[in-house]
Amino acid sequence: MFVLVEMMDTVRIPPWQFEMKLNDSIAEELNKKLANKVVYNVGLCICLYDITKLEDSYIFPGDGASHTKVHFRYVVFHPFLDEILIGEIKGCSQDGVHVSLGFFDDIVIPPESLQQPAKFDEAEQVWVWEYETEEGAHDLYMDTGEEIRFRIVDESFVDTSPTGPSSTEASTSGATEEVQKKEAPYTLVGSISEPGLGLLSWWTNS
Amino acid sequence: MKDANAALLSNFEVFQLLTDLKQQRKDSGKHKQSSGQQNLNTIMYETLKYISKTPCRFQSPEIVRDFLIAMKGHKLTKAEKLQLLNHRPMTAVEIQLMVEESEERLTEEQIESLLQTVSSILPGNPEEELQRQATMAAEEDDDPE
Repeated sequence: MFVLVEMMDTVRIPPWQFEMKLNDSIAEELNKKLANKVVYNVGLCICLYDITKLEDSYIFPGDGASHTKVHFRYVVFHPFLDEILIGEIKGCSQDGVHVSLGFFDDIVIPPESLQQPAKFDEAEQVWVWEYETEEGAHDLYMDTGEEIRFRIVDESFVDTSPTGPSSTEASTSGATEEVQKKEAPYTLVGSISEPGLGLLSWWTNS
Repeated sequence: MKDANAALLSNFEVFQLLTDLKQQRKDSGKHKQSSGQQNLNTIMYETLKYISKTPCRFQSPEIVRDFLIAMKGHKLTKAEKLQLLNHRPMTAVEIQLMVEESEERLTEEQIESLLQTVSSILPGNPEEELQRQATMAAEEDDDPE
């Protein structure tokens, strides 16, 4: 689920950090910039793996800081398509089952990808697999906190960089409403519609 | 961005990296921790918490190397071997999930042999292993030959 990504960036080191070893201050700056952030079309950045090349550092007029072009590799969370992962159920809604890995929360398993037949229990707000055997139907509940094994079937990246000032008419009233939808920059879509997938407790023999 | 997919990392490699980094930061003392490092702290803590619950916490570089050597004969793709390494499947159903078109590529004996290799080379949870062995021994006593 993790990949190594080769990146290149210009790192700005302010003068008060000049006493640090260059590699250390560069590592710190890169981690400050990227750790726990989603890079569009790449994934969730975890931490710096190594620095592969440092080009010369320059100081530009008007700015006392040094600028260094750095080639480095970063550890990124980016599961591949069809990968099997194990996570924890965070909750259920009409949209499906929401799963989290702790460090990454935006995973959803839509209703059509659940073990069928499935129904949504409105009272308990939980999805249920109506498992049929010769004895009749067993209702298997997908409770919060349960560990679940699922397959990645899709991913989507949303560019959440701020757009420029909009050209629509500004409202003249004092309080302008911020219609900013909080969209997750990186979402994963999972599926459990195969034997072996779903709650771990459904498939253990003991 | 130079190469968004330079290499696949196993959970074990990330586990090692984060554990070493955590130790390094602990050793270097707290005074260097500026507020900007909070994101790094959070992601390291959560990722380490997640990976520490997976089989990779019992692995070592030698075990990983032995596993890959043992896998050579089985004709699996890199991604498939990686999943076996990360998950340590114990049942045929899990193998079928991780190996694409396994019904066409693997016979039942081959799946058994894969399971054997996985459970013998990759260590599992020692407590669970003891429990499993105890249950298996009890079952053997139950049906006398």
